[in-house]
Amino acid sequence: MSLQDRLTELRDQGLADIQAADVLKKVNQVKVDLLGKKGPITEVLRGMRDLAPEERPKVGAYANEVRDRLQQAIDNRRAELEQAAVNKQLVVEKLDVTLPGREVPQGQPHVITQIITELEDLFMGMGYQIVDGDEVEEDYYNFERLNLPKDHPARDMQDTFYITKDVLLRTQTSADQPRSLENHDFSKGPLKVLSPGRVYRRDTDDATHSHQFHQIEGLVVDKHVTMADLKGTLTLVSKTLFGDQFDVRLRPSYFPFTEPSVEADVTCFNCGGKGCGICKQTGWIEVLGAGMVHPHVLEMSGIDPEVYGGFAFGLGPDRFAMLKYGVDDIRNFYLNDVRFLSQFYKKG
Amino acid sequence: MRISTQWLQDYLKLDIPADELAEKIERTAVEVDGVIRPNEGQKKVVVGHVETCEPHPDSDHLHVCQVDVGEDEPLQIVCGAPNVAAGENVIVALPNSWIGNHTKIKKSKMRGVKSNGMLCALDELGFDEKLVPKEVADGIFILPADATPGEPVFGYLGMDDEIIDMSVTPNRGDMLSMNGTAHELAAIYNQTPTMPTVDLHEDAADDVNGQLTVRVDADKHDVPQYKMRLIKNVHVQPSPLWLQIRIWNAGMRPINNVVDATNYVLMQYGQPLHAFDYDQLTDGQVNVRLAKAGEHLTTLDGEDRELLATDLLICSDDQPICLAGTMGGLDTEVTAKTTTIALEGAVFDAVKIRKAAHNHDLHSEASMRYERGIDHGMTVTALDAAAAMIAELGQGTVAKGVAVGRDEDVQPFEVTITLSKINHVLGTTLTSDTVLDIFKRLDFPTKLDGETYTVTVPSRRWDIHLPADLIEEVARLYGYDNLPATLPAGQPTIGKLNETQRVIRDSRKMMESAGLTQAISYSLTTEEKAKAFALSASDVTKLDFPMSSERTTLRLSLVSGLLDDLAYNNARKEHNVALYEQGRVFYSQPDQVRPKEIEHIAGAITGSMVKKSWGVAEQPVDFYQIKGIVAGYLKRLALAGTVSYVATSDMPEMHPGRTANIFVDETLVGFVGEVHPTTAKAYKIRETYVFELDLSALIALPKAQQQYQPISKFPSITRDVAMLVDDTVTNADVVALITDKGGAHLQNVTLFDVYNGKHVPAGKKSLAYTLTYRDQNATLIDDDVTAAFNKVLEALTEKLGAEIR
Ligand SMILES: [Zn+2]
Repeated sequence: MSLQDRLTELRDQGLADIQAADVLKKVNQVKVDLLGKKGPITEVLRGMRDLAPEERPKVGAYANEVRDRLQQAIDNRRAELEQAAVNKQLVVEKLDVTLPGREVPQGQPHVITQIITELEDLFMGMGYQIVDGDEVEEDYYNFERLNLPKDHPARDMQDTFYITKDVLLRTQTSADQPRSLENHDFSKGPLKVLSPGRVYRRDTDDATHSHQFHQIEGLVVDKHVTMADLKGTLTLVSKTLFGDQFDVRLRPSYFPFTEPSVEADVTCFNCGGKGCGICKQTGWIEVLGAGMVHPHVLEMSGIDPEVYGGFAFGLGPDRFAMLKYGVDDIRNFYLNDVRFLSQFYKKG
Repeated sequence: MRISTQWLQDYLKLDIPADELAEKIERTAVEVDGVIRPNEGQKKVVVGHVETCEPHPDSDHLHVCQVDVGEDEPLQIVCGAPNVAAGENVIVALPNSWIGNHTKIKKSKMRGVKSNGMLCALDELGFDEKLVPKEVADGIFILPADATPGEPVFGYLGMDDEIIDMSVTPNRGDMLSMNGTAHELAAIYNQTPTMPTVDLHEDAADDVNGQLTVRVDADKHDVPQYKMRLIKNVHVQPSPLWLQIRIWNAGMRPINNVVDATNYVLMQYGQPLHAFDYDQLTDGQVNVRLAKAGEHLTTLDGEDRELLATDLLICSDDQPICLAGTMGGLDTEVTAKTTTIALEGAVFDAVKIRKAAHNHDLHSEASMRYERGIDHGMTVTALDAAAAMIAELGQGTVAKGVAVGRDEDVQPFEVTITLSKINHVLGTTLTSDTVLDIFKRLDFPTKLDGETYTVTVPSRRWDIHLPADLIEEVARLYGYDNLPATLPAGQPTIGKLNETQRVIRDSRKMMESAGLTQAISYSLTTEEKAKAFALSASDVTKLDFPMSSERTTLRLSLVSGLLDDLAYNNARKEHNVALYEQGRVFYSQPDQVRPKEIEHIAGAITGSMVKKSWGVAEQPVDFYQIKGIVAGYLKRLALAGTVSYVATSDMPEMHPGRTANIFVDETLVGFVGEVHPTTAKAYKIRETYVFELDLSALIALPKAQQQYQPISKFPSITRDVAMLVDDTVTNADVVALITDKGGAHLQNVTLFDVYNGKHVPAGKKSLAYTLTYRDQNATLIDDDVTAAFNKVLEALTEKLGAEIR
């Protein structure tokens, strides 16, 4: 048998052995047996001494080819078997991925806070400062400075919690606005403030009344602020809170601290404006009160209403949340049942 | 205010569906609560003529009637009403008809006799009991003799009317009348309204002078006008049906022709009027004055009322006969026997009437109008109109002249404004003609000089006296829908949170990521709860006139509110609760009514914060869990001072052995611990751990200067020590000592085990710490560390009596 034939025979036998090896250990054994220092291929190469010098390179090259071929086959077989082993492991390790994960406790903001935060961010983006007034306020600031003199119908005793004749729990967060007006330096630019916070009314708690609730009131005063600006601002608020498809309409209303005063309605979230029980078939839901700051309010803060003007608006986050999420009892906001609080995950 | 659209046709030609009209009113003037259609949902209710009416054979009160309903054959209907009689026209609900309150009428048998329908009373057609005339309340309603059998009854009863129910804002008192509403609609629809005229015939031979004397002893501000007329030989009787319809469709009960006439004129003109039985006055003498405290008056409703010094009174011979503007007295009430009427037309001060209505809980159509003000220019006209109407309906005569207690010179009011001001405020580019047209539609005579309008506002619009008021008129009639929508231009400003607001927001997020959910509790609570868990002693701020005993006092701590929340959850079988609250507490300040409002943050946990799940057991919360939350939070506030926890047994509401005061250096900023079991029981909660921090104080404290620390390239060496110490030795004692004696390279001391089980002698515990040494600039030498470590061991043995293990 020529050396070439012997190499061919070794190659074919080796390939068959490699293929037959069904575990990694066997593949390694085949490698040692075939390609080791004492293996048959080494032996063939040793036999080359007996060949004619012109034959040697030919046989040498062939021997290398056979060895590479076998090495390649061994590598492939090894990879195959390793892969098979991994595959087998993966099958064993299969989990029910629908089992719940181990929960890391997470709290969440109150739904009222979510609404207030969203509005604060919107208005800060428009250059408003957030102001927090005191919850215990003087009658003078809460009422008189907002054009509600002592005998005004809107301030009947039953609506307000008094501490003394002159001190009360604020009934509106705009109670702080006279101070903002007084303290503002108009040479530094317009006054733009948003006052969110707790307010109190002397009410018996039931599904639609709460002696404690929240308000967000906004005030802009500058040399040229228009009712059109108010309309644009309120439209933006509604679209931010409810969505782009929501429209705003203004209707005449009455507040002592604004003139003209308007009520702003938003497209009914429930029927999209077609009319339904919630909107009393009107397609609109009342969400805000607003208006142009009453000249008396400006005058009382030492601001010339001939030069300056502005708008104010107020809305109730409690009512917003009730409308937006269909909450049917305002007391839910203050009783803090975890099954209630945990329902409002997202801001949208 | 209910506006009958049928009545409106007297004023305006409005061929507009009621819903559209209502919408227009709402968009331009005042809010509308809805459109009332009295016949809504009712069908097959017709006029019937009772041909015969026989007693039911098996009943002592039922009658069997044959009723002509315009068909070939009369219908047999059994009726139990006492006033059913042959020859009368009645309301018939035919078989398969629908009447009020969604009731269906079917053929039936009553005690064996067939009844093909029902004869109806007004309340059965959906009339509010309060609106049904008393004389027809106990039986079926008798229709006019000329009603045609078989015709629907609705037209005969005004039930085919459509009534707009307006909710009038305090500034638009002018719309609490048909006249005012007509003026408003005329402006909206650009029409000229036909206003009612007064056709008064006085009896020239019968002068009011000498028969009626009126004197006002109150000042001009309280009683700007007071006038009376005298109407004689009046027959008091029920009003004709047309008038009753207008009265009940306006939401009032028809009483008699005199009272109905005053109410009719009230609805027309918005001027309250009051009719007195003249013969009950003393010598035809009337005077008006403020009440004296302690005086009494029995009002029309039979109530004996103790009067207040702020009440305006109508008196006769100085004896009270009427509470001005709110309710008449019983003694001078117009009754069936009355023949002579003294009719009052007056203007009273809004505040006085509001107080009286409020104090006596007497809210009437009259008081509602006086409270919002009325047209001072219309008092005499309304008085004349009512006098004429009473005379006509009661076949009486009106005496010549008016008895005047006080008169007033009422003039229109002039307001000036410029076109540019209007456009400046509204953000519009209205032309002068557009604005002029709006004033014309309002029927406000206007002079234009350059761009300045001088507008003459008639007395019927007493709400308008400022330029801003005129701007509102222009805006609403131009239409808010037509306003552009823009955002304020002008100099840009920067909106951002201040330090306090930012820390508050961050604090909320930190609490939430620690697993606590935000609660918002009530600031008002009981005095006892308000004082509980207070960080420092303080007086409380109490309401002067609380609504309930549960909400009387402003809180000094947030924890007590959170415990109420926990109790609410516990009562609903929610036993795993972790809440925090951020809000104000109210500490009193010397010499001030207003308390100091301090921002606090507090938390409460009970049950397990880890949800029981597969492979996860519930882990009951404990002191160290809440302390971990507090410590993590305080760490992130990056305070410059050192936080320490000092055991306290001073808080009565807290567990004396499981509570720590929290200090930042020397400043007390809060506490953490377990609620005292007795307190927990009182709140009806289970084992609960709480903390409360003075957030205002934390915000004010200096913050650590943040500076990058290079990370050492050199390895650290650790040594572990386990020791037995007395139970009384605290972790803080040990750490302080180790830190003190640890040497320059001691970087960290970490407690990794606490054990006091059975392998430890009684009164002792085992503590184990890892000490980490590191040199920033060089590799530490093992021997040096050992030397330093040994010093620590010595100190522990010596100072704390530790037994090193
Ligand atoms: Zn709707």
